[in-house]
Amino acid sequence: MNWIFKDNINTDLITPGRYNVEDDPKKLAKIAFCEYLPEFSKKVKEGDFIIAGKNFGCGSSRETAVISLKACKIKAIFAKSFNRIFYRNCLNHGLLAIEANLGKVGKKDKLILDLKNKILYNKTKKKKIKLKIPDLMIKSYLFGGLLLLLKKHGFEAIEKGKKV
Amino acid sequence: MVGQTIAEKIFSLHSNKKVFAGDFVVSNLDLVFSHDTTTIWTLSPFYSLKKKVFDTSKVIIFFDHAFPAPNIQIANFHKKIQKFAKDQKIKILKEGICHQVLVEKFVKPGQLIVGGDSHTPSCGCLGALAIGLGSSDIAIAMAFGKQYFFVPETIKIEVKGKFKKGVFSKDLALSVAKILGPEGANYKVLEWTGETISKLKISERMTLTNMSAEMGAKSAICPPDEMTEKFLKENRRFFKFEKMRSDKNANFSSILKIDASKISPLISRPPEIDKVFEVKKIEKEKIKVDQVFIGSCTNGRIDDLEIAFKILKRAKKIKTRLIIIPASKKVLLEALKRKYIEFFVKIGAVVLNPGCGPCLGRHQGVLGDGEVCVSTSNRNFMGRMGSPKALIFLASPATAAASAVKGFISDPRNFL
Repeated sequence: MNWIFKDNINTDLITPGRYNVEDDPKKLAKIAFCEYLPEFSKKVKEGDFIIAGKNFGCGSSRETAVISLKACKIKAIFAKSFNRIFYRNCLNHGLLAIEANLGKVGKKDKLILDLKNKILYNKTKKKKIKLKIPDLMIKSYLFGGLLLLLKKHGFEAIEKGKKV
Repeated sequence: MVGQTIAEKIFSLHSNKKVFAGDFVVSNLDLVFSHDTTTIWTLSPFYSLKKKVFDTSKVIIFFDHAFPAPNIQIANFHKKIQKFAKDQKIKILKEGICHQVLVEKFVKPGQLIVGGDSHTPSCGCLGALAIGLGSSDIAIAMAFGKQYFFVPETIKIEVKGKFKKGVFSKDLALSVAKILGPEGANYKVLEWTGETISKLKISERMTLTNMSAEMGAKSAICPPDEMTEKFLKENRRFFKFEKMRSDKNANFSSILKIDASKISPLISRPPEIDKVFEVKKIEKEKIKVDQVFIGSCTNGRIDDLEIAFKILKRAKKIKTRLIIIPASKKVLLEALKRKYIEFFVKIGAVVLNPGCGPCLGRHQGVLGDGEVCVSTSNRNFMGRMGSPKALIFLASPATAAASAVKGFISDPRNFL
């Protein structure tokens, strides 16, 4: 399923301050969008996509927003643009955040993400969208997050040009 | 040869090479900080990387977002963080909002700072480059003393002209937010310059660098000058620093020219920062106010309390719940000395301990369904201060105080 969001979805909407007092990702998964879109945490399934407008993840730096969505097993977030801190948090946790304008996508459209060729197929609408994904994001995703990459290869691993 | 912006100069100094916007750098950090909310998610990533922080004198933790603990969960978070700080031999400061205490005691012009809080750019009021990061990025910074960045482009905001009566730096910040919107400065630095800025006190500049985060800015900076020098001396901090400027031939991504004399008292309507209107216009709607909050890293300083005091003194009575929170212990002590606190308490305000207070809806003034709050803080998102059905209007301390007196959103010029 695809979860469609408007512009400027802030991290207070993803993990609201009053509920954001958990240090267990599974519990955080349950509070995702709990006030803004209560059906989200009940219906979200592994492999679902989030498709959003501009400036997704703006506002507070709280990493729980990313940890919560990752724990919901969201496959990738597509947004017209991301807030900088949110994007870095996604990199560190290996949650795919892909800047793209996908045009009209239905809630139930069948999407297939081909990371190797950086293409998104919309099987329902018979559309093929070429994606631009920075190498660091793909590297981070494959490692399960930049933190794990750093742990294994040290800080040099993320410097440009360094192959790991 | 192309010149550099201040941001490019600071990145160059910390990356051991001359760099420009768009360059990828690994930079050495002068200061790394986090607070009671974000540190909890720093602990496990930190220990996955290193056993000890890179330099115990350059890492600071603040308890400000919910201190003293309002519930058991947060009390247990505090315990975990205290153990971490003890094991690492690093300081935990519990004397006010991180950004405020940093500016009073630690920040130096030209520094590169990272903080586990989105309002980290606040420290730019002293001419440092301070960048907000998430908890795991702070773990990396604490472990290695460096971080990776793309050197950001800079938007120059040139401000001239004098503020009219009833207009403050918060109104200037809101007028720029209206132009840039919540994403207008994403990945960029906002450089606040011009004759108006050079006359603003550090506390007023801090409102601008703080609010820059609401436009998505990676950082914000006011060029360090005589006013910076004066502030540091007043805070008993004596050292020499370079009065760094952007070169005349530096590349800016854009230049925004603002005439401060044309700004009126402004207010941001929920739920987004750029829904900015003149207070005079909103006043006509007679919006009943339940709570007024004067405080936060945006507007919780002594100058802010002074404005509130002047307005409240004239009226002597309030018609709303009024919560006043000095941003730091230093501000609280000064407000006590000036007898502001005594007066606030006498007229029925609730004065609370230095910290973030109700800004993030955790404690100390959570809003109920349908309640209206006029707040001097920086975010009016749905549910930010409590019920998702509450409405948060953002304004200057003057507008907030005027609204507390009238009981509805009110123009401060009625009292000045």
